[in-house]
Amino acid sequence: MSIYSDSLAAAFGLLATADSDLMEILYLSINVSLLSLVLSCAIGLPIGAILAIRQFHGRDTLVGIFNALMGLPPVVVGLLVYLHLSRSGPFGWLGLLYTPQAMVIAQMILITPIIIALSCQVLEDMHEGYKDFFDSLVVPKRTALVAYIIDARYSLMTVILAGFGRAVSEVGAVIIVGGNIDHLTRVMTTAIALETSKGELELALALGFVLLSISLAVNFLAQWLKASAKRRAYV
Amino acid sequence: MSDKATPALNCLLPITVDNLSLALNDRVLIDRITCQIKGNGITVIMGPNGAGKSLFLRCLHGLVEPDSGQVHFAGKPPSPAIRQRQSMVFQAPTILRRTVLANLLFVARQRGVSNSQTSIDCLAQLRLDHLAQHPARLLSGGEKQRLALARALIIKPAVLFLDEPTSNLDPTSVETIERNLQLVSQQGTKIILVTHDLGQAKRLAGDVLFLHHGKLSEHSPATSFFKNPESKAAKDYLAGKLVL
Repeated sequence: MSIYSDSLAAAFGLLATADSDLMEILYLSINVSLLSLVLSCAIGLPIGAILAIRQFHGRDTLVGIFNALMGLPPVVVGLLVYLHLSRSGPFGWLGLLYTPQAMVIAQMILITPIIIALSCQVLEDMHEGYKDFFDSLVVPKRTALVAYIIDARYSLMTVILAGFGRAVSEVGAVIIVGGNIDHLTRVMTTAIALETSKGELELALALGFVLLSISLAVNFLAQWLKASAKRRAYV
Repeated sequence: MSDKATPALNCLLPITVDNLSLALNDRVLIDRITCQIKGNGITVIMGPNGAGKSLFLRCLHGLVEPDSGQVHFAGKPPSPAIRQRQSMVFQAPTILRRTVLANLLFVARQRGVSNSQTSIDCLAQLRLDHLAQHPARLLSGGEKQRLALARALIIKPAVLFLDEPTSNLDPTSVETIERNLQLVSQQGTKIILVTHDLGQAKRLAGDVLFLHHGKLSEHSPATSFFKNPESKAAKDYLAGKLVL
C-alpha cells in the first residue's frame, strides 16, 4: 500500500509546489481537450439537432452509425489520423503530425460522435414531448429548436461533460499522432504511459491521481447539474 | 395588447366537415364524418372510449391529416394562418421546463403579445398569478391544466379546442376552467370540447356531437340531446349502459 500513499504524497507535492513540468502537462491536457470539445460541440450539436427534428431518407441509418461511432477504438482513430497527416498522406503538407493540433483533430474525431449521438437523443426526446404543442401553435422549426436547447440545457451540459471526460482521459490516439514529445505534445495520459514504461511508478501514479481527480470532478459536476435540474423541475 | 394578437372573433365559422375519414393499420378510426359546426357557444364531442373523439378533434385542428375528406373554416381550407387563430388544450398538457410566467410568455411571443402585464392578468384570471415565478413542472395537475388554458387563451383564439381538459381534476379546478370557458365563449370564441363528463357536458354544451366507432351518431342541440337522444348508442351512453 505504501506505493499508493507515496504516490498520493508525491502528487500533492507536485501540485503544491506547482511543479513546472506537471503544470505544463496539465495545461496542455486541458487545452487540447477543451479545444477539441469546443470544436466537436460546434460540429456535433447542430448535427445532433438536425437528426433530432428532421425526418429524411437515411436518417435512422445515420443515427445508428453515430451511435456505433461512440465506441470508436482510439488507436484506430490515431492510426487513421497519422496516415492522413504523415508526410506521404493527403494532408502531410500541413505539417501537423506530432503537434497539439494533430491531437485536437484525433480527439475531435473521437468525441464528435458522442456529442452527436447523445445530443440527438436528448433533443429527440424534447421534440417528441413538445411536438403536438408546437404544431398546434405553429411554432417555426428554428424557434422550436431554440426552445428545445433552452429547456434541455442541463441534459446538454451533461452531454458536453461526457465529451470532455472522454477527451481528457484519451491516450491511444494522442500518443500516435502527438508522439508524446516533452514540452510539446506530452499530456497527462501519454506521460503516465511513458513514466510507467520507464518504471517511474510514483510519478505515473501521481499523474494518475490528478487525472482521476479531474475525471471525478467532471462526473460530480454532471451529477450535480442533473440533481440541480431535477430539484428545480427542469428535467 | 397589439392588434396582431386579437383575431376577428368567429371569423373561422362555420366549420364544415365533409366526409372525413382516417384509418390506421387497417383500422377505421374516423368513418366518413360530415357535419357543420356553427354559431357561438360550446360544442361538446362525446362518445365512449375509442370512438375517435380526440382524433376527430386533432383532425379539426389540423394536427392529424385525414385520409380523405375535408375541413373548411368559413369556407377556407386549413392553413397555418388559420391554425394560428386557434388554440388547443391537450388532455396531458405539455409544460415547458421554465417558470409559469415564461410558459405563458413563450406562447404570447409567438403571436406578438409580449406584454408581461397581459400575461399576469391572464394568470390571475386562472388563479395562477401567485405562482408566476414558480417552475411550471412543479405545479399540480389542476394547476398545469389551468396554465395550459391560460396559454391557450392569451392569444385570444377564434376557435378553442379542448381535449378532456378537466379529467382527473378536483372540483375547484374544474369550476375555474368551466367558468373561464363560459366567459370566453360569451366573448365570441368558439369552443369545441371533448369530454366524458356528462355533468360538464350538461353545464356547458350548446350542441353535442356524439361519436361511436368513428362515426357521427348524432349532432343535436344539447337540450334535445340530453332529453331525447336519437341514436341508440347515445341513449345507452346517457343511461349509463355499456356501449359496445
